[in-house]
Amino acid sequence: MNYRDAGLSDSEYERVKNILGREPNDLETALIGVMWSEHCSYKSTRGLLSQFPQDGPAVVKGPGENAGIVNCGGGWGLVFKVESHNHPSAVAPYQGAATGVGGIIRDILAMGARPVASMDGLFLGSPDSNKSVNLAEGIVDGIAGYGNAVGVPTIGGKTFYDPCFDGNPLVNAFNCGLVRLDSIVSSKTARPGDIAVLLGSKTGRDGIAGASFASRELDEDGRESRPRIQIGDPFEEKLLIECCLDLKEKGLIASMQDMGAAGILSSSSEIAHKSGVGIKIFRERIPLREHMEPWEIFLSESQERMLLIVVPEKMNDVMAMADRYGLECAGVGTIIEGDRYIVVDGGVTAADLPLSILGDVPVIEWPSQEPSDTEERRSLPLGSNSGNPAGDLLRLLGSPSGRERREIWEQYDCQVQLRTAEEPGCPVSAMRLPDSDGLMLFSMEGEPWKCRTDPFNGAAETMAQSLRVLELSGAEALGMTNCLNFPSPENAENFYELSECVRGLAAVCHDMGCPVVSGNVSLYNETPRGAIYPAPLVVTAGLVSHREFYVPSGDMEEGDAICLVGPVSGSLGASRWQMLCGGGSETGPRGATWTYDPEMERAFAERAAATSRKARVRSGRVIAGGGLAVALAKSAIASGIGIEIDMAGFGAYAYDLTYLLFSEGGPRAIYSVQAESLDKFFSIWDGYPALRLGTVRGDLLKIGTEFELSVWELRNAFKEGKPLLRR
Amino acid sequence: MRTAIVVFPGSNCDRDAREAILDMGLGSVDMVWHDEDVFPEPPDLVILPGGFSYGDYLRSGALAARARIMKAVREHAMSGGLTLGICNGFQVLTETRLLPGALLPNSNLRFICGPCYLRVERNNTPFTRSFPDRQIVQFPIAHHEGLYFLPPDELEELEERHQVVFRYADPETREAGAEYSPNGALNGIAGIISREGNVLGLMPHPERATLKNLIRGTDGRGVWQSLGEHFGVFGVLGVREAVR
Repeated sequence: MNYRDAGLSDSEYERVKNILGREPNDLETALIGVMWSEHCSYKSTRGLLSQFPQDGPAVVKGPGENAGIVNCGGGWGLVFKVESHNHPSAVAPYQGAATGVGGIIRDILAMGARPVASMDGLFLGSPDSNKSVNLAEGIVDGIAGYGNAVGVPTIGGKTFYDPCFDGNPLVNAFNCGLVRLDSIVSSKTARPGDIAVLLGSKTGRDGIAGASFASRELDEDGRESRPRIQIGDPFEEKLLIECCLDLKEKGLIASMQDMGAAGILSSSSEIAHKSGVGIKIFRERIPLREHMEPWEIFLSESQERMLLIVVPEKMNDVMAMADRYGLECAGVGTIIEGDRYIVVDGGVTAADLPLSILGDVPVIEWPSQEPSDTEERRSLPLGSNSGNPAGDLLRLLGSPSGRERREIWEQYDCQVQLRTAEEPGCPVSAMRLPDSDGLMLFSMEGEPWKCRTDPFNGAAETMAQSLRVLELSGAEALGMTNCLNFPSPENAENFYELSECVRGLAAVCHDMGCPVVSGNVSLYNETPRGAIYPAPLVVTAGLVSHREFYVPSGDMEEGDAICLVGPVSGSLGASRWQMLCGGGSETGPRGATWTYDPEMERAFAERAAATSRKARVRSGRVIAGGGLAVALAKSAIASGIGIEIDMAGFGAYAYDLTYLLFSEGGPRAIYSVQAESLDKFFSIWDGYPALRLGTVRGDLLKIGTEFELSVWELRNAFKEGKPLLRR
Repeated sequence: MRTAIVVFPGSNCDRDAREAILDMGLGSVDMVWHDEDVFPEPPDLVILPGGFSYGDYLRSGALAARARIMKAVREHAMSGGLTLGICNGFQVLTETRLLPGALLPNSNLRFICGPCYLRVERNNTPFTRSFPDRQIVQFPIAHHEGLYFLPPDELEELEERHQVVFRYADPETREAGAEYSPNGALNGIAGIISREGNVLGLMPHPERATLKNLIRGTDGRGVWQSLGEHFGVFGVLGVREAVR
């Protein structure tokens, strides 16, 4: 095999020859090529990712395992991770999304945890484009088809629309699981003499070298990439989950690794490398579905397989358990002393590589350059003013990224396993915990428009926003996981944006004490028609220690005061209003975003936490996409009651209605507070901007004398917009 | 009271049903794997849980109806033992012919997960005796094949024999019928009982409306309360408290 076909550059191939002291054979070239792909090696981003803080008081396992683990109390660990499945979903949306869900579940399972909840971050093309709607349809169908059958609820997610995702939709699959802290399974505990066991599906010719495919730009129609696509079987996965947990419960597993990108090769080499041992795999012992070449066998990404490490005397029990669940199970290799990755084929050594060559991949430093049109991107067009604020509000509420997306999430089973404590449409996803009256909250955020005009502040805002949602709801952040969705790093401006976004995320994580416990990078998100905007997606996990501290988002009652905390306005730059009402459909995102201010974030966080514990407020909502107006409208819709805003409440700040109503960014929120708690509330928020804006009452949203809309009209705009899927 | 929950490969509401029963204090629960020949102890109640038995790959419930344990389930049901099929379990009961009819794909051809209002059409069964007459309750649904179908003459017979126990309804007007079916079910049928009154199948999930402080309410407690009363686990006075 030519090394270029295997994805290696000239200089990389020279390096391989130097390390080996010889030419690699064809099989070895194929193995190295995939392990050195961007998808498996993170060679373009490893340097950047080292900026993320990895330690925190709750962290049990940080990056480096299959998924991170935080201590969520009561002797339980929360295992969580988000992973992209973008390229496959662009070519075969149903299978791409389905196997994204299945793949991340096995990451969680590999830690010995029962997978208990999924979420999905979808960045989709314009719903006006037939092709994009067809892709969206397939993606949603795939998530439903797999997620529902595998018995793990989909409790929430994030959906964002922009034409830059036409032809290159992003599918980021999140899963979390629960594990007793004293029964975590590691991928670092294989010992010489142990048996490497393949459990689950037979290996076949699907998803061959998918990792290399995900490390290149997409071609126009994706037809050539079809053989790269994996095919999912949720029934097999459900059995795999139950079987692995049963095996773990009975103490039959020494170590475990899921089989995802680069299949047998990646899982077996990783487990050996991390355990500091060698491994010998016997090619002919691998159960196959069809005739395959050796390199295909090792790179196949056939789904629903796990690699177990088993001590020899327990092998019979493992086989019996697999039989009970009707799963294929075969010992395919042996753990050996040393540092070799050896493939034996019919008694002959077919590959013999040092594990370090597979595990320690050289980092690439791409050139970085600020985009030449940065100034243009940061300038808000003159005359950015709303001539029709009532109309703009309805438009924002009804927009694809703004409206309720029930037609999507209604297709997902959000309730199985009986833990779900909030409806999927809420700003935060909530789950009850075992042996505690606390709640686990998750907030998934992504702001491609803001990252486009200002990658540092846009990414910082993304991360800060996610934390604010947790803080307001009464949770303490335990950790974060992320998917870095970007175009090719080989373009200097793209690499600059990637670097700045990572710097922005890392800054907030450091300042706010939120460790990064897992994550994934997806580069080369571009088609011949263009690149995506930078789209880092974050998921933060937070713990509400006692249920009574939880602040819901839609429980306002007649007579409550509506209070605004935080600056009266944020930024219109790259806001929903700028994009949908301020000419953004022509120009793309324009204008500077909110400038990240760590002092203010901390001040907000402290007071939000005190509010949830001490103030007995009725409900609260962070001001996010669409600004104050959309936050008020959504609270009114969720509570089924009107709000009257008195413009005098803004005092001297009432200078520009467009800014007041629609600007975004910064630590800002609205609370509805019952009369008897108002004094306490304002004493907690002392030293931070806080205003009483109005009162909950009637069935209208009244913005002073500027305009009024009935809750019914708002609700209609929010719930009855143009379909996002095929009807 | 002793409950046996049958676990097929691909069942996924089996543990939820157990949790609901234990939460209600309804006695002990045996989880029984599909390839067993008999129940470990004679059960008072057999539950066929929701999920995707055998992946639902041939037709929902079709393969499960032929599982080894089903002989014991059939014997239990035929000898008058109480049997409850929820969602996929209802589909299995129709496939075994323990209940009439078939569950076809939802009329919108999509999976639907959401809260769902029902009217209790009969409260003289062991499964519904704690509900007030014609009570409106909310049990969530989550299924792709929930359109209850029966040929017209058999449907008429089913109605005449008052075998419909739960019917999709409007919570405001308290009317029930086909127009309130989220899935196109004929006559708004959400759950039916055998002629003998001991085998109940329903698409909505009472076990998902049982634990407190979760989404979608606790109306399902009424089903477990009824069973507890039937078997003398509870006194009849606790009715209102149970649903609250």
